[in-house]
Amino acid sequence: MHGESIYRKPLILGDKTYNQITEDICAPIEGRAGKLWYLAFTLAAMAALWGVGCIAYLIGTGVGTWGLNRTVNWAWDITNFVWWVGIGHAGTLISAVLLLFRQRWRMAVNRSAEAMTIFAVVCAGLFPLMHMGRIWVAYWTLPLPNQFGSLWVNFNSPLLWDVFAISTYFSVSLGFWYTGLIPDFATVRDRQSIKWMRAIYKITSFGWSGTAKQWQRFEEVSLVLAGMSTPLVLSVHTIVSFDFATSVIPGWHTTIFPPYFVAGAIFSGFAMVLTLLLVMRKVLKLEDYITIGHVESMNKVIITTGSIVGVAYITELFIAWYSGVMYEQYAFLNRATGPLSWSYWIMMTCNVISPQLFWVKKLRTNLVFTFFMSLVINLGMWFERFVIIVTSLHRDFLPSSWTMFYPTYVDIGIFVGTLGIFFTLFLLFARTFPVIAMAELKSILKISGEKQKEDFAKHSHDQHH
Amino acid sequence: MSNQKIYWKGLEELHETNEFVKNRENEFAESLPMEEFLGKENLSQSKTGRRDFLKFLGFSVTAAAVAACEAPIQKALPYVIKPENVTPGVPNYYASAYFDDNDFANILVKTREGRPIFIEGGNPTVAGRNGISAQISASVLSLYDTTRLKEAMKKGEPVSWSTADSEIIDALTNIAQSGKRTAILTSTIISPSTKKAIADFSAKFGNVDHVTFDAISYDAIPNAHGSVFGKTAVPYYRFDKTMAVASFGADFMGTWLDHNAYRGDFAKTRSPKGEMSRLFSFEATMSLTGANADYRTSVKQTEIPHALIALYNKLSGSALPATKLACDAQITKCADYLKANKGKALVVCGINDVNAQIITAEINKLLGAEGTTMDFATPVFTKMGNSGAADALLKNIASGTVGGIILYNANPAYNHPMASNWKDAISKLKLSVSFASKMDESAEACTYVLPDHNYLESWNDFNPFGGHFAVAQPTIHPLFNTRQAQENLLVWAGKANRSDKNSSAYREYMKEVWKETLFSKQTKYASFEDFWNYSVHDGAFETTYSESVSIPSEIITAGDAAAKINSTFKSGSGYEVVLYQKMGIGSGNQANNPWLQELPDPISRVTWDNYITMSPAEMKEKGFATYIGQEDPADMAEISVNGKTIKLPVVASPGQAVGTVGIAVGYGRTFGKEGEIIGQNAFPLGSFVNGTVQNWTVGAEISKTGETYPLAATQTHHTMMGRDIVKETSLAQYKENKHSGNHKHSFHTKIKELKGKEVHGHLSSDEADFWKKFDRPNHNWGMTIDLNACNGCGACVIACHAENNVPVVGKDEIRRVRDMHWLRIDRYYSSDTNKEMLDNATGFSAYKKANLDAEIPSESPQVVFQPIMCQHCSQAPCETVCPVLATTHSNEGLNQMTYNRCIGTRYCANNCPYKVRRFNWFKYHNNEQFDFYMNDDLGKMVLNPDVNVRSRGVMEKCSMCVQRIQYGKLEAKKEQRTIKDGEIKTACQSACPTHAISFGDYNDEASLVHELRADERAYALLEEVGTEPNVFYQVKVRNVDEAYYHGHDEAHHEGGEHHEENGHGGH
Repeated sequence: MHGESIYRKPLILGDKTYNQITEDICAPIEGRAGKLWYLAFTLAAMAALWGVGCIAYLIGTGVGTWGLNRTVNWAWDITNFVWWVGIGHAGTLISAVLLLFRQRWRMAVNRSAEAMTIFAVVCAGLFPLMHMGRIWVAYWTLPLPNQFGSLWVNFNSPLLWDVFAISTYFSVSLGFWYTGLIPDFATVRDRQSIKWMRAIYKITSFGWSGTAKQWQRFEEVSLVLAGMSTPLVLSVHTIVSFDFATSVIPGWHTTIFPPYFVAGAIFSGFAMVLTLLLVMRKVLKLEDYITIGHVESMNKVIITTGSIVGVAYITELFIAWYSGVMYEQYAFLNRATGPLSWSYWIMMTCNVISPQLFWVKKLRTNLVFTFFMSLVINLGMWFERFVIIVTSLHRDFLPSSWTMFYPTYVDIGIFVGTLGIFFTLFLLFARTFPVIAMAELKSILKISGEKQKEDFAKHSHDQHH
Repeated sequence: MSNQKIYWKGLEELHETNEFVKNRENEFAESLPMEEFLGKENLSQSKTGRRDFLKFLGFSVTAAAVAACEAPIQKALPYVIKPENVTPGVPNYYASAYFDDNDFANILVKTREGRPIFIEGGNPTVAGRNGISAQISASVLSLYDTTRLKEAMKKGEPVSWSTADSEIIDALTNIAQSGKRTAILTSTIISPSTKKAIADFSAKFGNVDHVTFDAISYDAIPNAHGSVFGKTAVPYYRFDKTMAVASFGADFMGTWLDHNAYRGDFAKTRSPKGEMSRLFSFEATMSLTGANADYRTSVKQTEIPHALIALYNKLSGSALPATKLACDAQITKCADYLKANKGKALVVCGINDVNAQIITAEINKLLGAEGTTMDFATPVFTKMGNSGAADALLKNIASGTVGGIILYNANPAYNHPMASNWKDAISKLKLSVSFASKMDESAEACTYVLPDHNYLESWNDFNPFGGHFAVAQPTIHPLFNTRQAQENLLVWAGKANRSDKNSSAYREYMKEVWKETLFSKQTKYASFEDFWNYSVHDGAFETTYSESVSIPSEIITAGDAAAKINSTFKSGSGYEVVLYQKMGIGSGNQANNPWLQELPDPISRVTWDNYITMSPAEMKEKGFATYIGQEDPADMAEISVNGKTIKLPVVASPGQAVGTVGIAVGYGRTFGKEGEIIGQNAFPLGSFVNGTVQNWTVGAEISKTGETYPLAATQTHHTMMGRDIVKETSLAQYKENKHSGNHKHSFHTKIKELKGKEVHGHLSSDEADFWKKFDRPNHNWGMTIDLNACNGCGACVIACHAENNVPVVGKDEIRRVRDMHWLRIDRYYSSDTNKEMLDNATGFSAYKKANLDAEIPSESPQVVFQPIMCQHCSQAPCETVCPVLATTHSNEGLNQMTYNRCIGTRYCANNCPYKVRRFNWFKYHNNEQFDFYMNDDLGKMVLNPDVNVRSRGVMEKCSMCVQRIQYGKLEAKKEQRTIKDGEIKTACQSACPTHAISFGDYNDEASLVHELRADERAYALLEEVGTEPNVFYQVKVRNVDEAYYHGHDEAHHEGGEHHEENGHGGH
């Protein structure tokens, strides 16, 4: 086993043994939930139920229950869609890209980040379905053989690309996540004393017995899936951005969108990971595994992607002026100074100015501040999508058709509902799944555990003398 | 179904041994052991294995499921006996005529399977009033109105017709015996047969007075003409022969007098190709005429007669006294122009005051209008109401000399200034009968309501103007147990017998009248039957009119009139109220017609309400909100005048005279479906001056109540923001350069060659295009719209509603900007911050300020209208983004919408630069939430069977009436010929009274649209987006002396091509 420089900060704090790691991570599954968990779960489930009610009303009555109009045909629906998809990106980035780059710190966070990805994509996927006028024929977006004659899907349409992108993204992410879970489920299974739970974990662990051959295949599959996921980090949000970039609407018709959207997605995804993990490490007592060092690393990603997003915003403004196209110029003037300019300035403040505070080490290692910032960034990124979608649409080419947009309670209810669904799923995850990839984590204990490092340092020190 | 498979019976068979082959012949025994096989024992032994069971189960479950999925059966019953001339799927057209107190028109009624579904303007065989208005188009829906009375009523209870007859005849006889009078109150009657029926009725009882009262009175005009020209008549104002027109508060393009004729006539003078007329407008509220004027001046209503005197003085050189007005310069300009066009000039005045009309007539006399632009040879009879006589009748009822009243097309309890007095007066009478086909305010006060047929179920004849006799024929059997009004009079007069609703009594009576009076006026037909049949077929009979000279007893001179004006028209303190009619609602006869309620007002773009219009500057002073939006309601104000008070929201109307408020009449009806009763009745705010009803009152007080009221407007942004949307130029600039104002966009390029062609630094938007061009092998359908001819009247919008089953969504949905209009008319006001100032704004703050300022309309703006429907782009942005190919391109240039493929992602609507796509946010038919007409079986009869009713969740938009194109193509194919240009007309085109809309095939080089598209004025809207529309607009040319700004370069270039863009133009 090759070692790691003693100057590198340990990734696992305290004096941990393999058994201790297992004990720590299985504790939430085997123990009883605290009051706080029940409170959170009740709130989340209520929000989810409210959302489901709103969705039922929407589907039963019509898309008119939203605040959309003849000019603004998308608003909160697609805003929420892009926001949720964006959030998902952090999970994929952490598990796939950081795996390929051999970033070991990812091991403590990848499991929950991936879970977040899955749940976020579930929430995201709801919106393109719900926003359809006739959801009952949603399957027409799939290139299925049919009896309607030679009817086929339109491969020119970015919405169709979305269908492929999101479904691929969801299935690959799910496969990747689940593969990683198999050895851990087996661990949980082997420790489980309650019969029916044991039976369930028996099924979910797919008969894992931990033989060398299984480990070898596990490693291979993980690498292959990581390889498949990596392009998805770039492609999914690129394709989502095409929903706008390929249109003719000023403010949408922009070639900068793909990189700008991908950076924004990672930016918001990391913010959401932080929101979740900062709470989780405290509640599930995983401070030794998800350390300040992890938080700081993620904050660095946030500074980087936040700055890319900031540059993109300013580039858009510059290009609007430089293009000389009056519609484009007005679209950006309207964003910054028009009737919905408040949303623009929320976006600017949250996404461009606030992440720059992380240049200060004291701030980026401060957990409370990081938590607050993670919320601010998520808000800002929601508004980014709102600004792009609504302020571009509401005043486009012909002033006769300019309108405003006002959400209804159904718009709000469904958004809150998806938050509820997301948190319900995540809370269930936290109680029933090993929230840290323990098998993987154990592989770095010897080289990156605090105690082990100390021992190593002492040992080498001894050798010198 | 057994699973025991036997492949061979034995090795012998397998190997085909000789013995086997020999015995094979005997394989089947002669007597088959059927009994044995079917014996109970064997049968019970045959097994159904597990697999078979599953197969059976699977089959039966699937079969049951498939059977359950069967679509509900919709019955289409064939005719048992097919009526003559009715072929399912083929429309029949009937020539007819429309008349109510707003409009007269010769029409063609399109029926399908016996149902009238569309009113087409223009009867091809006669030269009558061939333009139609929104109200006439929409009248077909009023036929299927569920609120129509279905049978005779007495005091709110149904009564049989025979009982009603005998009771009424008794009552009439009693009144005659008691020495009291019976009055028949009607609006203007232009039907010779109806007049005769009234005369017969009067003769029978001997005590009958016929009084006419029109909701909108014009009685001052004939009186003034009596004094000035010696002809007490309303002439046919020949706007088509004018080169200079001055309108003083007369909205002749909108609602004034014989507007159906004027709209089309005036449009003929507005082509910049030949000579083009100039229109001056002096008015208090912004009317359609003012909006279309070359020069519009805001004056208060009481100043208009003074302005007329000033104009008279300038033309005649006399010095009649008048208040000096601020707009003297404009009057001088107008006077000079009128004088220069003597014999081709016309002045019209919209004030129903004899003195104001005398000055107007004197001016026209000076301008040589008599016999040129004022045609007394075909005078107009459609407005013969006498407001003085109606007033006298009211007094007589009060004094008790009148015993009974019969109301026919009259509703004084609603539309008379003393409406409430009428209501009381009628209800006190011994006998009161109304022929109203729908319950109304006056009928409510009547003892008997004997509903008349709808006009589409009736026979009638009309003499709208000198020498023209139109015939209206029924196009459907009466839907309800109603009777033609004239028949009632005939029955009571003993001239006809009562029979059922299909009675032909009045038709026979009409024929008699025609035989006696008109048959002799022609020589074409020898037999009366031929004459009658051809007149009905053609819809009219035309003869010559012999002018009659009638000089009134009292001649008023210009001097007398001026003196009277100075004493009558004084503004005084407080606001002046001006009552006007909206294009859709008019005087309110069809106020519960949802199409008309949903038709945006051409100026304010507000639907479903009336309101107080006010100058925006004044509103700001008084603290009223000037912006109305979805969540920005209007402020309520209370207006009190002459002791009457009404409460209405206030709407900003740029161009309105300061100190004036405008209120539309026709609202505040008290009958109809809930939700269709809307607004306030403004008729009681009218006044009596010199014995005539006026549409203005002085001394109104306005106070803000503090409440707010949501209004539903289809357009909430009112200026063009310096964009090239409605392209404009002046006549002089156009004469100098035919491309003036039609600035083609070009793109800078560094490439030297493109597709084998040399490029010199510029590419047109057509050339700068990556897309593959599509073939149009057979047809390339397209439309051109002349912005010079379009006056924004909205007839096309209603025609489109009727033709394409466009749903009505109601006020609240309109407020949420979810109107479903496939065709809308955009109205833009000019701003003080014009295109030039926007182009020249440099630096961020200047640019920002200029853009903010450009949103504010000028205080007296120029107004432009632009009808916008799907532009049928050749490179349509909507088509590429649909994931399921629900919107595609035809090889005839049409952008098609496949409703049943649409899944409703709405991306197409987002990506449409013209925002013409309309989404079915809800289910708009069979839905209690949208109880307009698609929710009941009666209302649904108006639906066009050639166009489907769209379901919830799908997108829809203008199809360019693809069903009409298809019909035209099939007709041509049947006759084995090519389609003739102009043969296929879209609904909007057929309704357009000014022929602003042309439709045809660009591939046909002889077609009108081909020519118009090649015209210098033609442009594609937002051409720089590269959508290559198939709809083209023609640059609007205003006959003004001032030059328009067209960017910095235009002056240096010949023609419109290869202009370099600068400033903020699109590259």
